[in-house]
Amino acid sequence: MDWSFVLTQTLTQAIGIQAIIYCLAAIGLNVQFGYTGLLNFGQVAFVAAGSYAVGVIVLTFDLSLWLAILVGIVVATIIALLLGIPTLRLRADYLAIVTIAFSELVRLTVRSIAFRDVFGGAQGLNGKLGQDFHDTNPLPADFQSLPILSWTRQDLWVVIVGWILVAFFTFLVWMLVRSPWGRIVRGIREDENAVVSLGKNVFAYKLQALILGGIIGAFGGIVWAVAKQSVQPDTFRPEFTFFAYTILLLGGAARVMGPVVGAILFWIVLAGTGEFLGQAIQAGWIDFLQPTDVGNIRFVLMGSGLIALMVFRPQGIFGDRRELALDAK
Amino acid sequence: MPSNDTVPGAQGEAARAALANVEARPGAPKPDPIVIADHVRRSFGGLTAVNVEHVEIQRGAITALIGPNGAGKTTFFNLITGFDDADEGKWSFNGRQVAGMAPYRLARIGMVRTFQLTKALSRMTVMDNMRLGAKGQTGERFFAAIFPFLWNGQEKSIAERAMGLLERFNLHEKVDDFAGSLSGGQRKLLEMARALMANPELIMLDEPMAGVNPALKQSLLGHIKTMREEGTTVLFVEHDMDMVHDISDWVIVMAQGSVIAEGPPDAVMKDQAVIDAYLGAHHDAQLTETGEALTESADGDPR
Repeated sequence: MDWSFVLTQTLTQAIGIQAIIYCLAAIGLNVQFGYTGLLNFGQVAFVAAGSYAVGVIVLTFDLSLWLAILVGIVVATIIALLLGIPTLRLRADYLAIVTIAFSELVRLTVRSIAFRDVFGGAQGLNGKLGQDFHDTNPLPADFQSLPILSWTRQDLWVVIVGWILVAFFTFLVWMLVRSPWGRIVRGIREDENAVVSLGKNVFAYKLQALILGGIIGAFGGIVWAVAKQSVQPDTFRPEFTFFAYTILLLGGAARVMGPVVGAILFWIVLAGTGEFLGQAIQAGWIDFLQPTDVGNIRFVLMGSGLIALMVFRPQGIFGDRRELALDAK
Repeated sequence: MPSNDTVPGAQGEAARAALANVEARPGAPKPDPIVIADHVRRSFGGLTAVNVEHVEIQRGAITALIGPNGAGKTTFFNLITGFDDADEGKWSFNGRQVAGMAPYRLARIGMVRTFQLTKALSRMTVMDNMRLGAKGQTGERFFAAIFPFLWNGQEKSIAERAMGLLERFNLHEKVDDFAGSLSGGQRKLLEMARALMANPELIMLDEPMAGVNPALKQSLLGHIKTMREEGTTVLFVEHDMDMVHDISDWVIVMAQGSVIAEGPPDAVMKDQAVIDAYLGAHHDAQLTETGEALTESADGDPR
């Protein structure tokens, strides 16, 4: 059994591109759900918006990636307005229903045959999507690999910029939530009528939080398209949103570092168990499982872990249990 | 601590003097009304919860809105403050027509309310609750929020003002505690203090005494009088007639959605219509004959 392989693979994935993508999506959810209390079950739609903005602008229209990023931000804003304006005046559950339906609507639209010329249908968009970005790679051309982390030169550049993005948005959220703006959104989470009674335009703040969270999520999608050089419609299933929620709850909602630690932990567990089980089956330690079962078993383990977390530490890694005890209004 | 004696201060004297010549009848015009409401109606299905022909609230006075359960007091509150939409009717605040205005805008122009079920923001500290009340904060704007130097100064002065109010309401030792850890009475105090942070011209208190122990009640009464002395108009909903008698300058009585009586507290307490509304029209009849009469006067809660 190759322990070092298990370790390096786990570590590489724990802070790899997938972790960054989910982390960005979870930071967005943290703004929406963690701080403002908006139940957005369609975060994947914003991620898809980012990815498809890159795909469509770069591949379909043959324009620059930098324009695509701008388009991604604009589209995420439009989606947030579209979802938010009719539902944010209503009770919280309405947004949840509309967002989950909308995210599937987005996926089914982009994979439909009718829009195949623009979105590429079920095959998605594949090509040199991130070329403009990869051209900026400052790493030496003869770069082989880092000692432990097995990234290619191209991936390492994405990882570096990806974590810079994570750091930037984490810092932005930190600045916002400790400001009077953050106080209002936290107040909305607690009881929006109380905040209304103090003369705050709650609807506008909810919309701002939805837009900000959506844009951060769209950056996850942009990173995805640039790193993989491909956009696949079926990667944007509702599970993505639920994994992002898992990450958020793992780290602790309404904690600035929650999504970052949650994402790393999520991928340690997911990649770690996967690699370990794979190796263990190969080595003959486990004979009741087939290598093809590993993918499913790791989600079983993840689910069990999440249940255990909810029982023993419902506030997440960073949460404050005292706050949770005060839930009664 | 503010004084708890029944002698009103200068503002109280003035308010009572101004109201001395007002007729004690429903819809009586007041010398200086801050709120004038006309034909305000709201029904839930077949039940007309509020149907107020005309009512005026005197500026600078403490006005009590009383009535039996289900009289429509809270619904009327919700309508006036924009938290519920009236089927018809118009009302003005400070001479400005405000029917249909969003509740947050009403709060901004000086009409601030509290709630029957106290809305302390549990998972925020007492200080954050207070700061939330302050109006016109630069740091509440999204792009300004990212630059603390734009709002740090304002934040400090807001905190100072909050501290002053918390001391007055005897909550200053709880300043860093979560609001959710306060007792029910303390939450009432916090909600009131928070509303005052918004510098209201008219503060509308929905059952400020509900679930508050007698000792705290006395201090709450004192706080309400202090508000009047500082020039704030107070309108409050209450059940407890003794409390109403103690502090109000004027009393408006609602029953089954309409205003049935108005007047100074002493006169209203003796009003036959009020006694009937509270106790039923046949309350002094022989017990053996009252079975029907009692069910007849019992009305349901509209909410």
